[in-house]
Amino acid sequence: MRIDCKHVWEHISAYIDGEVDAELRAEIDKHLETCEICCAVLDSTRNVVVLLADNRVFELPAGFSARLHERLDEELALREGS
Amino acid sequence: MTRPSNPENEAACIRRILAGEKRLFHELIRPCERPIYFLLLSLLRNEAEAEDAAQETVIKVYRNLHLFRGDSQFRTWVLSIARNEGLGRLRKNDNRREDSLDALTDGESGDFTPAVLTSWREIPAEALEREELGALLRKAIEGLPAIYRNVVLLRDIEEMDGRETAAALGITEGAVKVRLHRARALLQRELTPKLKRFAPKGRKLFGWAR
Ligand SMILES: [Zn+2]
Repeated sequence: MRIDCKHVWEHISAYIDGEVDAELRAEIDKHLETCEICCAVLDSTRNVVVLLADNRVFELPAGFSARLHERLDEELALREGS
Repeated sequence: MTRPSNPENEAACIRRILAGEKRLFHELIRPCERPIYFLLLSLLRNEAEAEDAAQETVIKVYRNLHLFRGDSQFRTWVLSIARNEGLGRLRKNDNRREDSLDALTDGESGDFTPAVLTSWREIPAEALEREELGALLRKAIEGLPAIYRNVVLLRDIEEMDGRETAAALGITEGAVKVRLHRARALLQRELTPKLKRFAPKGRKLFGWAR
């Protein structure tokens, strides 16, 4: 049975994560061979996922780590005193 | 990207801290700083408050370190403390209730169909040198409903696996998968029309320019 585009879209996230079983993966791969829409949807979704994983997108505020460890030093000193 | 440190080293490190080598705690907590902060930013949506809550979380982790049993990853345990800190603050703050975690459930409502395209030219990571691309991605994440934002943050931004994300957020692995799928579909639909202009110029365009 040939699967339709909507069916492919439902599994795109799992497909990207390698979490679809072999049978479904084969069906999706076969569909992708002839469907440019699903290929573009898959490629664009995967592209977004890859970009989001780049540490430049979300950076800690400047000085965050220094302030955190300073506060921690105060806490450590406090406990030593008691 | 945060890599979980070796669990054996972690356990040894915790033992030494509890035995009196307190300063080692600085190193123990360092790999958790990013996920703590971004989980709290996702919950609280305010940088100053997220930072304050992150500091509070780390102090609580230190004070309760003797309670860590080692039956989960250390980072997972730390993130559940961060989540409780964030949820506690949300509860105190009535005017933010509409965006609380209870406000949305995993019902079937909502349209999660992707943007339909016929071709896609890849945006390479180098395009992130342009600050506006990062800003665009952050804005799209901020625009997601809270339950999707939290999941995409831990899974796709901090690259935690489904199991750890589920444990940190106190939801099932199945719910992580459903929410991640929806979050990615919403992001794809929101972002693809705007991302196109960051694609490198193709050869055809070069030909045209001559
Ligand atoms: Zn298709």
